[in-house]
Amino acid sequence: MEQKSIFSVISPIMVGPSSSHTAGAVRLGLMARNIYKDNFSKVKFVLYNSFATTGFGHGTDKGLLAGLLGYTVDDSLIKDIFSIVHDVEYSYEYVQDISRYPNSVDIIIDDKMKISGDSVGAGEIRINNINGFDVNIKGNYDTLLLMYKDKPGMISEVADIIQKQKINIATLHCGRDAKGGIASMCIELDIPAGDDIVDEIKTLNDVFFVTNVRKLK
Amino acid sequence: MAILSFEDLRNKSLAENKPIYVIAQEEEAELSELDIDVVRIKVLEDLTAMRAAIKNGLKSTEKAISGWCGDDCAKLKKRYRNSEALFGKVFEKITAYALATAEENLRMGRIVACPTAGSCGIVPAVIVAVAEERNIPESKLIDALLTAGEIGLVVSNKVRLAGAVAGCQAECGVASAMAAGALVEMLGGSTDEILQASALAMKNILGLTCDPVCGLVEVPCIKRNAFLAVHAVTAAELALCGVESKIPIDEVVDVLKRTGELMSPLLKETSLGGLAKTKTAQELEKVLFKKD
Repeated sequence: MEQKSIFSVISPIMVGPSSSHTAGAVRLGLMARNIYKDNFSKVKFVLYNSFATTGFGHGTDKGLLAGLLGYTVDDSLIKDIFSIVHDVEYSYEYVQDISRYPNSVDIIIDDKMKISGDSVGAGEIRINNINGFDVNIKGNYDTLLLMYKDKPGMISEVADIIQKQKINIATLHCGRDAKGGIASMCIELDIPAGDDIVDEIKTLNDVFFVTNVRKLK
Repeated sequence: MAILSFEDLRNKSLAENKPIYVIAQEEEAELSELDIDVVRIKVLEDLTAMRAAIKNGLKSTEKAISGWCGDDCAKLKKRYRNSEALFGKVFEKITAYALATAEENLRMGRIVACPTAGSCGIVPAVIVAVAEERNIPESKLIDALLTAGEIGLVVSNKVRLAGAVAGCQAECGVASAMAAGALVEMLGGSTDEILQASALAMKNILGLTCDPVCGLVEVPCIKRNAFLAVHAVTAAELALCGVESKIPIDEVVDVLKRTGELMSPLLKETSLGGLAKTKTAQELEKVLFKKD
C-alpha cells in the first residue's frame, strides 16, 4: 500500500462546499490550463452525471471556469467568478451518460483542444483523454506528454533522453489509436523535466507534439 | 515502516515512548522529505485557516444557493447573548463554531477539509473552543491537529473517507473520532486514552447514512457537524476517566467498513433515499431545480 500524507486527511484549505464537486472541479480546470498553456477566448464545459445533476448547488460550474483561469482551490473569489470574468466566452452543457464516470467533464478550449477528466473524490482528479487520445495525468507529478507515430523503439528513445539528465520516471502510460497510427505517452517524473528535455524530444523523428505539464500544488 | 493499523500505532507509541503526534510528524517529515518544523508550520497554516473560517462564519448570515440554510449559527449566537448554554461556555462555543464553519462551507467560503469538506466543522470546533476556554498554547493545538490527522489517516488505510463509499460514518463520523482523540491529547491524556476516545466515538456513529437533500451539503450536513462535535466531547470525557471500549478500535474500523459495504447505495451520497426522498425534500427539489 502506498503511504499517504497526513495532509490527505487535514487538508486542503479550499472553498466549499464539496471536495469532489468544488475542489475537484477547480483542479480539473487548473490541470486543463497547465495542458493548454496558451491564452484562450472561448471555452465550453460538458458536465456529466453527478457533475451535471448536483453541480449547480456545489459551484462545480464556477470551479471549473475559475481553475481554467488559474484560481486555486482556496481562492475566495471563486464564488463570484461569473461577475469577474468578462473577456472569455464560456458555456455549459449537461449530459447523462452512464459510460462516463459519475463526476466527469469535457473541457473544450477555443474549439481546438478537448480535455476530458474525472473528479475521483477528496479533491483528487485524473485527466484521461486529450483530443481523443487516452492519457493518464493525475496532477501529483510533473508529466511529459507526447503524441507520436506508433512505431517500435520510441519508449526507449524518450527514456534515454530523460535518463541522461538522471531524472527518475515514476510512471509511464501509453496509448494509440491503431497499430502504426498515432500514439500518446504520459511520463510522470519525480522532478520536472527542463525545456532542454522537451526540445530534445521534439527533434526525434515522428514526434508530433510534446509538452511539459506541471503538477498541481 | 508504514503504520497500517491502530495496533501498529499503539505499539510504536509505547515501544518508542512517543506520543501519537510525534510519530505523525516524523512519518510526515520522512514521507514528504520536509523538516519536522516545516510539517508543523503546514499544520499551523491549516489551524489558521480553520480559525478564519470560524470567524467568518460567526459574522455571516448569508444564505446558501438553496436559500434555506446559512443562519443557524446566528440564531444560536442570539440565544447565548441572553442566556448561557446548559452545559456552559465550552458547549456554547463548540456548537457555534461547528455551525459557523459548516455554514461557511456551504456558502463557498474558505474552509479546511477535515477529513472532508462536508465534515469540516467538527475538528476545528472542538480544538479551537476548548483551547480558548482552557488557555491551551498554540503548540498544543498543533499536536492535537496532528493527532486528529493520524487517527484519520489510519482509518483511511482501510476505508475511503467518502460518503459515496461508506456513508456519513466515514465523513462526520470519522471526523468525530478524530476530534475525540485530539481533545484527549490537548487535555494531557495518554496514547491509550486517545485511542479509547476515538474508538468510543466511532462505535456510536456506526450506520450513519449519507442522504443529503437535493444533493447539497446542507441538510442534514450542517447541523450534523454541531451534533458530532459535541459527540466527540462525550467520548473524550469517558476515555479520560478510564472508560474503555470493549471492542478494540481496529475491530471498530473493520465494522465501519463492513457496515459501509452493507449500506444500500440509496443511502450513500446519491440522494436517492433517506431524508433526500422525503415528501418535504422532494418539494424543495421541485422549487430548487424548477422541476414539474
